[in-house]
Amino acid sequence: MAFSLGVFFWLMAIITVAIFLGRVWWMPELASVHGAAIDQQLILTLAIAGIAFFLAQLGLGYLIWRYRGRGEGRADYWHENPKMEVGWTVATAVVFLGLAIQGNRIWTQYVLAAPPADALTVEVTGQQFAWNVRYAGPDGRFGRTDPRLIRDADANFLGLDPKDPAGNDDIMTQNIMAVPVNRPVRVLLKTKDVTHSFFVPQFRVKQDAVPGLAITTHFTATKTGEYEIACAELCGMQHYKMRGRLLVMTDAEYQAWLKQRASL
Amino acid sequence: MRETRGAIFATALVLAMAAGCGGSRDTAKAPAEETAGAPEGAVWKPAGDEGTVTGKVSFKGTAPKYRAISMDADTVCAAKHKSPVHPETVVVNGNGSLRNVFVYVKSGLEGKNFAVPDQPVELDQEGCIYKPHVLGMQARQNIKVVTSDDTTHNIHPLPKVNREWNVSQPPGADPIIRSFTRPEATIPVKCNQHPWMRAYIHVVSHPFYAVTGEDGTFKLEGLPPGDYEIEAVHEEYGASTQKVSLAAKGTASADFSFSPTQARRPSSLITLPALVLGCCGDR
Repeated sequence: MAFSLGVFFWLMAIITVAIFLGRVWWMPELASVHGAAIDQQLILTLAIAGIAFFLAQLGLGYLIWRYRGRGEGRADYWHENPKMEVGWTVATAVVFLGLAIQGNRIWTQYVLAAPPADALTVEVTGQQFAWNVRYAGPDGRFGRTDPRLIRDADANFLGLDPKDPAGNDDIMTQNIMAVPVNRPVRVLLKTKDVTHSFFVPQFRVKQDAVPGLAITTHFTATKTGEYEIACAELCGMQHYKMRGRLLVMTDAEYQAWLKQRASL
Repeated sequence: MRETRGAIFATALVLAMAAGCGGSRDTAKAPAEETAGAPEGAVWKPAGDEGTVTGKVSFKGTAPKYRAISMDADTVCAAKHKSPVHPETVVVNGNGSLRNVFVYVKSGLEGKNFAVPDQPVELDQEGCIYKPHVLGMQARQNIKVVTSDDTTHNIHPLPKVNREWNVSQPPGADPIIRSFTRPEATIPVKCNQHPWMRAYIHVVSHPFYAVTGEDGTFKLEGLPPGDYEIEAVHEEYGASTQKVSLAAKGTASADFSFSPTQARRPSSLITLPALVLGCCGDR
């Protein structure tokens, strides 16, 4: 019985590690510049935790088998070894602190660093249950918006003020966002109702959109293709349908796309 | 003895809780609402001397320009349209008339009770657009909501007098059959899934109403002779009223004009039938 239980723990440890090493359920393919550092940090964390987990399960299985009951009376109760307890507590603290320092460095490099000056600015505004995407147009300026002018039925989802000439060339879409590949993109994130979360798994981008705030996040896409913009914050009954498409194009394709959109 | 008292107390508590839970607010109010808008007395029947009111709704000024709706929000919606789709809030016809104006008899029918049609009115969802955009119906008449789209819609009328409802309709789902028990002007209908989708339902207590179409005209047929107030209601420009006198088997005309510069006046449809039918109370 003890041998079977020991084998169970060994097998569980081996299968679990094999699943990770074989990348059976792995992250979606990386498609952004900053995501590489995030992935490395995640893999490092998984590797350290995985080694500790594997060794602990092997040891547990061995001890279950080694000290199984043999009908020789009650087992001895042994307690306290301050040296060992201090040893593994300090070792664990060092490892966790090291991971936290390293992770914090990567996080601040991504979140706190300003996007490059030549970054393309795209305004993304969440609403139940769609993503509104706005481009400034040829003049490079976003038109003024006013919540009192919001009229969904008139396709004025953002309350764009028609009296502001800067808004005449603004390009607005819903649930579709296009960006050029290899160019930094600055996303100005807003919401017009409840909290949403702008999530592009392949870009390792996830940022909450909070009512009343304009929050900036940024990324540089490295691969052309179509990606999903998910909402990662439960925002209401149709939250599951709040999905946008993010198209990463060559610069020429992107310019053509903008031109086509402007003509509508 | 103590156990017996405890059992009696527990039984009484359970019964009290059951009674409290059974009488929910909605359930208790439902029968009252079902009969609130019901006409009393004999149902009106044509006497053979009825006449017709006709007219046209014109538009003066510059019509607002709308951006095209970004149908890519749902690829199923986009696939149904070959050209850009614009909002239908203000649609000015080629002859300068205004489309989607609801015209009805505002006053002059007091005291008459009209039979509720057996056939439902129909509201379709096609290409992620409500068809028709403006819909008239009688109180307690059924409305049948169907979908022609391969995407899920969410039909959400926003009445102020009637009961609000909000129902999803996936592709191929059975029609949704509902009704509004009380007259009410301009009930906006939205789709929680496709924010641009909007329809307007007008619920009246009689069958004398029309919605202007591609030529901006309307015709109210089968009206008994008498003096009437005819009201035209537009979702953007509000309401406008005309008085007409209709002789036996006669015709009368009432033309309306809307302009972007005029002050918006809300329709009085909510309050007037309330007097006729004694409904609507303090909701």
